[in-house]
Amino acid sequence: MTDIPLLSLAIWLPIAGGLLVLASGDGRNTAFSKLIALVTALFGFLVTIPLYTGFDASSASMQFVELMPWVRDYNINYHLGVDGISMPFVILNSFITVLVVMAGWTVIEYKPSQYFAAFLIMSGLLNGIFSALDGILFYVFFEASLIPLYLVIGVWGGKNRVYAAFKFFLYTLLGSLLMLVALLYLFHKSGSFAILDWHREPLAMTAQSLIFWAFFASFAVKVPMWPVHTWLPDAHVEAPTGGSAVLAAIGLKLGAYGFLRFSLPIVPDAAQHFAPVVIGLSLIAVIYIGLVALAQTDMKKLVAYSSISHMGFVTLGFFIFNPLGIEGALVQMISHGFVSAAMFLCIGVLYDRMHTRNIADYGGVVNTMPKFAALFLLFAMANAGLPATSGFVGEFMVAMGAIQFNFWTGFAAATTLVLGAAYTLWMYKRVVFGDVANSHVAELDDINSREMLILGVLAVCTLAMGIWPQPVTEIMHATVNQLLDHVAAGKL
Amino acid sequence: MTSMQKLYLLVPLAPLFGAAIAGLFCRVIPRWVAHSVTILGVAVALVASWVIFKDVQAGNTFNGALYTWATSGNLKMEIGFQIDKLTVMMMMVVTSVSLMVHVYTIGYMAEDPGYNRFFSYISLFTFSMLMLVMSNNFVQLFFGWEAVGLVSYLLIGFWFKRPTAVYANLKAFLVNRVGDFGFLLGIGLIAAYAGTLNYAEVFAKREELVAMTVAGTGWPLLTAACIGLFIGAMGKSAQVPLHVWLPDSMEGPTPISALIHAATMVTAGIFMVTRMSPLFELSETALSFVLVIGATTALFMGFLGIIQNDIKRVVAYSTLSQLGYMTVALGVSAYSAAVFHLMTHAFFKALLFLGAGSVIMGMHHDQDMRNMGGLWKYMPLTWITSLIGSLALIGVPFLSGFYSKDSIIEAVHFSNIPGAGYAYFCVVAGVFITAFYSFRMYFRVFHGPENFGKAHDDHHAHGDDHHGDDDDHHDEHHGLAPGQKPHESPWVVWLPLVLLAVPSMFIGYYTIQPMLFGDWFAGIVTVLPQHDVLAKAGEHFHSAAGMAMHGFTALPFWLALGGVVLAWVMYILVPSLPGRIAPLFAPITKVLENKYFFDRFNEIVFAGGARLLGRGLWAAGDRTIIDGVLVNGSASAVGAVARLARGIQTGYIYRYAFAMVIGVCLLLVWRLGFK
Repeated sequence: MTDIPLLSLAIWLPIAGGLLVLASGDGRNTAFSKLIALVTALFGFLVTIPLYTGFDASSASMQFVELMPWVRDYNINYHLGVDGISMPFVILNSFITVLVVMAGWTVIEYKPSQYFAAFLIMSGLLNGIFSALDGILFYVFFEASLIPLYLVIGVWGGKNRVYAAFKFFLYTLLGSLLMLVALLYLFHKSGSFAILDWHREPLAMTAQSLIFWAFFASFAVKVPMWPVHTWLPDAHVEAPTGGSAVLAAIGLKLGAYGFLRFSLPIVPDAAQHFAPVVIGLSLIAVIYIGLVALAQTDMKKLVAYSSISHMGFVTLGFFIFNPLGIEGALVQMISHGFVSAAMFLCIGVLYDRMHTRNIADYGGVVNTMPKFAALFLLFAMANAGLPATSGFVGEFMVAMGAIQFNFWTGFAAATTLVLGAAYTLWMYKRVVFGDVANSHVAELDDINSREMLILGVLAVCTLAMGIWPQPVTEIMHATVNQLLDHVAAGKL
Repeated sequence: MTSMQKLYLLVPLAPLFGAAIAGLFCRVIPRWVAHSVTILGVAVALVASWVIFKDVQAGNTFNGALYTWATSGNLKMEIGFQIDKLTVMMMMVVTSVSLMVHVYTIGYMAEDPGYNRFFSYISLFTFSMLMLVMSNNFVQLFFGWEAVGLVSYLLIGFWFKRPTAVYANLKAFLVNRVGDFGFLLGIGLIAAYAGTLNYAEVFAKREELVAMTVAGTGWPLLTAACIGLFIGAMGKSAQVPLHVWLPDSMEGPTPISALIHAATMVTAGIFMVTRMSPLFELSETALSFVLVIGATTALFMGFLGIIQNDIKRVVAYSTLSQLGYMTVALGVSAYSAAVFHLMTHAFFKALLFLGAGSVIMGMHHDQDMRNMGGLWKYMPLTWITSLIGSLALIGVPFLSGFYSKDSIIEAVHFSNIPGAGYAYFCVVAGVFITAFYSFRMYFRVFHGPENFGKAHDDHHAHGDDHHGDDDDHHDEHHGLAPGQKPHESPWVVWLPLVLLAVPSMFIGYYTIQPMLFGDWFAGIVTVLPQHDVLAKAGEHFHSAAGMAMHGFTALPFWLALGGVVLAWVMYILVPSLPGRIAPLFAPITKVLENKYFFDRFNEIVFAGGARLLGRGLWAAGDRTIIDGVLVNGSASAVGAVARLARGIQTGYIYRYAFAMVIGVCLLLVWRLGFK
């Protein structure tokens, strides 16, 4: 089992497939390139399954490790591995890729093969981010993954796609440059680019503080945290459905993952010292963004703001430093991968038919699309954190952890119960319920079998994880406990 | 797994199976399949509950996990069952009322296109409610708690074309979420300080917990946790000020008003507090809070019942008031009396609601009592059963409502925790109010002149809904055509009425001794000796018959009689009286018609405030400051610097020369200035 380089396959298989799709071109044979895309995505997903089944949950160390020298002079290595924190995201990403390829199947008419190629390549690069154990390798994947998404928004996006694509690119690039400085400093200090070496590298408080903020600049933009979040609604609104789904499901997780892989273990003392700031910003995200979401008139913007609010729960969970908080936040990340992807796909279903995202243009969709309405309701309820859906698990655990940490923190976090339900279900009411609002709604066709399959699979995931999250949480325990011990011990 | 444990599992899963079949295939299966499979599921649950009931009575209880839901740190969250006498009582109530409602629905929803979907929802509700009452831990409690809320949301908005229905279901969900906010904090405090979410383990630590305070606030832990939990109960059991959703929930079809918004879901809060009695007992502050809220609900919601003209809304306000009675009982530590009233109320209130539904069917979906009158002639079975329900509700001795309500009044009488005096006044005055509005409805519907079938313009039929409820679009309310007579409902409708009338009459008589004064709840309900008002009441209790005989001479009976007589005078003897005295009460009526202005306040302050705040933050925070000043501002700053730099590097020699000259001059001035 360990002989097969599973992680390399998870990274390079989609990339190679993507290049093949690209080469197949947009000539007569788009059906052929679509087929390659789907087969590649499926295989890309299949190779990640042994990561779960072969995972040793009792161990906190890196597994499925691959190590090869890359640039000997600077001690840069091709070093891959996953632990209980990163492994679920490799699988999630590969899984979402399959759905996104299916979602774009008939919808994308403009340069379809390039579209599918972009997603496959992005999928490989994202897997690279989650499995890289070398600082430079991580940075390369981290930056490279920007390009496909930038192109997806810029080429297949809406009216304001250029503004949105630039805003997205510059916002995130600006943050990453500071991270690069931090990475170079760490190399200078330790003589190694191995992330695990940096975990052990003793650092004084001043250095820790500077590194903390350098990382923070990069990761906070990616999450995104308030107040560096304004690129996300624009990016989502302009991105095509698949782009939004990947951005929400995986893109937003990169920043959060960075906090766990870099900030907490490399600069534990600074992380603890500045935790109140991060907690404060997270709570602002939950409450302020929740209220802002209420005011939105564009469905995609609303869900984008809802994503920011949910990610506020993730950063909150990380920085309260207890197992419930961190594991809850990780569960929330995975669940948000399903639910936000599903929400964006649902909006895509409507958009494909009506070519508008304005809530006011809808009303009474249930009359013409009952199957869709039922699935959409499930995801809306998951978004509002209803028990028995995955959306509940993470929110519940983080809220429990937050109350354990400090009552008022928990109090502020728990407002999401009301706010999340308010903005999600108010939107749902205006779009789905009521009498048929206009002649366009009257002519809607219910979801076809392809859409049913995609949303149905996500529905099963959402419910399964809500009813029995233990298989997901148990693989995290060892890694999270080790991380918490490490943070508690500190480096000073 | 033993065979009994399999049976425990069967109880919730049988209705779930029915719900899944009827729901997933609602568009392909014929109607008879949908109702058969769901009725079968609930019937199986009822029979299994009965077997378990007998088993528990024989002394076999159970408390164990089904599976581990999740673990984190030291906290283990499980799904599991606690089967004891409180649980089996609730299981019996839930499954039996649910079965009645299922059967009734065959008739009531016969013409509705959403027939299969409706059966799926009510079975799903039954599953959720069973999971809630069978739980042995807080996670599953919350699980069931929110799941019943979801189904309630779906069912209130069942007729999703009506703007009022989808307004009401969103309102119900959000108001319940406000309650759940407190509920979650309560659960969180318990998890944080007890380190477990299992009931029995938490109760075992209650002596330690009582000494703790909540860090960062200084509040006594159990007071904070119990009040948090109770805020959840206030949402679910519709206590002031979180009661506002229940009257609006009448937008849903009548069978669910009976099942969810009268008999079972709304009593979840009462059940929960009873389950938590070991914790509530240790906080007198929390108990006082419970008591005052309950007493206020009991009396002031009753007043609102007096001015309603929509038959369902009268019953809805009556439900609010009765839930207040149960809450009062909790507040004085008479948990058994609360649950006892919960049980009797479930039967007679389900009966009253289903009776009202039968009337509505007979009236061709006209709900306005002003268009009724004299129906006893046309709907004899509905008439008799509704009379039984009304008599039980107002507490006529020997009927079930008498035993439970009188026990609560007695319990409050003996209590001396803060607020008990106020509560005693409220519950006693409430008896008169209850009798008055119940028989106001009864006389106007079943007796007096026949007002139906008269030519009335459409507006008249709905004119009354202006009482602050913005619902005058009951598009499916036709009313009887001129000359048309009401008719008795089919057997699937009247049979449940008859079957519910039986326990409405007798169940109190037969169960009061074991439930209140016997050892039925021993070991489940914990009451501190100084709070044990039921023990004091029990000293005067000799037999159910004796209590009823004594009831004829007691104050509540005469108050109830007074209410009935007043209603008779006003609506039968001198029907012109209400119109003549109305001007005297105009200011009070205005307050009542606006339901104490709760709805308007919430609509303006909370809903409006949140939307305004959201728009303000978006416009000022996101778009102006962050995007306008910081993001686009820095972009234009870069642009401006670039323009400046472009201006310098023009390539024209004279510009460079000019700049050099200026620079040299400045340098000279600077150097000379220092010398």
